[in-house]
Amino acid sequence: MTKWEELKLQVTESPVWKSIFRHGYDDTPRNRVLMVSGNVFLHLHPSKVRRHATRLRFTWCMGGITFLMFLVTVVTGVYLMFYYRPTAEYAYADMKYLEYDMPFGMLMRNMHRWAAHGMVIAVWLHMFRVFMTGSYKPPREFNWVVGVLLLVLTLLLSFTGYLLPWDQLSIWAVTVGSNMGRATPILGHEGPGHELIPGLNNVYDARAFLYGGGEIGPHTLLRFYILHCIFIPLVTSLFLAVHFWRIRRDGFSGPAL
Amino acid sequence: MAKPASAEQKAATADQRRIEQALEREKAARAKANLAGLWSRRDVFGRFGWAIFGAFSGITLLAAVRSAFPRVLFQPPTSFKAGLPTDFTIGEVSTKFQKDQRVWIVREAEGIYAIFAKCTHLGCTPRWLVAENKFKCPCHGSGFYKSGINFEGPAPRPLERVKVTRAEDGQLLVDKGVKYLYEKGQWDKPGAFLKV
Repeated sequence: MTKWEELKLQVTESPVWKSIFRHGYDDTPRNRVLMVSGNVFLHLHPSKVRRHATRLRFTWCMGGITFLMFLVTVVTGVYLMFYYRPTAEYAYADMKYLEYDMPFGMLMRNMHRWAAHGMVIAVWLHMFRVFMTGSYKPPREFNWVVGVLLLVLTLLLSFTGYLLPWDQLSIWAVTVGSNMGRATPILGHEGPGHELIPGLNNVYDARAFLYGGGEIGPHTLLRFYILHCIFIPLVTSLFLAVHFWRIRRDGFSGPAL
Repeated sequence: MAKPASAEQKAATADQRRIEQALEREKAARAKANLAGLWSRRDVFGRFGWAIFGAFSGITLLAAVRSAFPRVLFQPPTSFKAGLPTDFTIGEVSTKFQKDQRVWIVREAEGIYAIFAKCTHLGCTPRWLVAENKFKCPCHGSGFYKSGINFEGPAPRPLERVKVTRAEDGQLLVDKGVKYLYEKGQWDKPGAFLKV
């Protein structure tokens, strides 16, 4: 036995190692199943996947790519959060600062941006694939609904992130986008049926709920920041867990045999 | 892990369980029949507890939504005082508040109305042309009469009027937060026209 193997054995036989990795090292089919079903992250996944379920020509791996993009935005987003202050005075300057003066800041910001774009594109392609292969049909209709919610959450993440650079483009883009809120049925102060709720006005309706007032201002920036960095990612993670777990429960779809 | 049971054993256990469950159900049904429509103590406490939980959750949710609308806003108010009616000449359009408030005040013989200075085509600010007696948009040439009705260019509908009332001190009070649209028949409403 070489020195290296001896050392390796010493580590893998230690009580600490064994307390973490209960099933040892044996690469047997049974052990693999136990590893997957006994792991807190992997247990959402089936312990066995049939060959057809991973065929790239069938799945396009677009769900997987979407999840990868999500993880990239989470990691790079945390990095950006260290240098970004979501207040009207600092937001734009911080964005410039982290881009030009922080080591790897530009890389992180661009990765965040491109991963976000990639996520939106991949999630649409994923929907398209699921639709075209009929994978939304029973017993998977519930997971289709969860998927639609995840699509909406993805778009909301994109939309709220758009405001954060706090430059002319982002402010006016979000102005245009959120002006639709005025026309919300019943809850928007210019929408159909707004007479049903007395007291609806510019600063007290669906759009003001987003803005924190009658126009985009410091309130809106903070509101969008918290939605972008905390609220929507949390909800998305929850739905992602349900989404993956339901794939396991419903079984993978596959091409017609 | 327990030793795998044989098929017969499994079937026997399942049968046993089914019988027990049926007995339990019968017992519960008998107890319910004995109460003859009354709530049992467990029902009362159960429903009472759920009612409190529901009310608490509902109020909490309402509070959360209400908290999204702060009481003080750090942005210009939607209404402003525009001076006394006598400050305006009958038959003329006042552009005094166009720059600061984006509103024209029009004084007619019977009264006063206020027009929001935003073209209904794409949102530019039109100009009041005294010589031609019309509002003219510099962007795409939409034209509006003094009343705000569109008559030329691409604008699809008349200009919007905003609420004008008398403040307690007799001054005009213009509220840009309330709009009156001609195409919805809202120009007949009280705030759209102030009789003087």
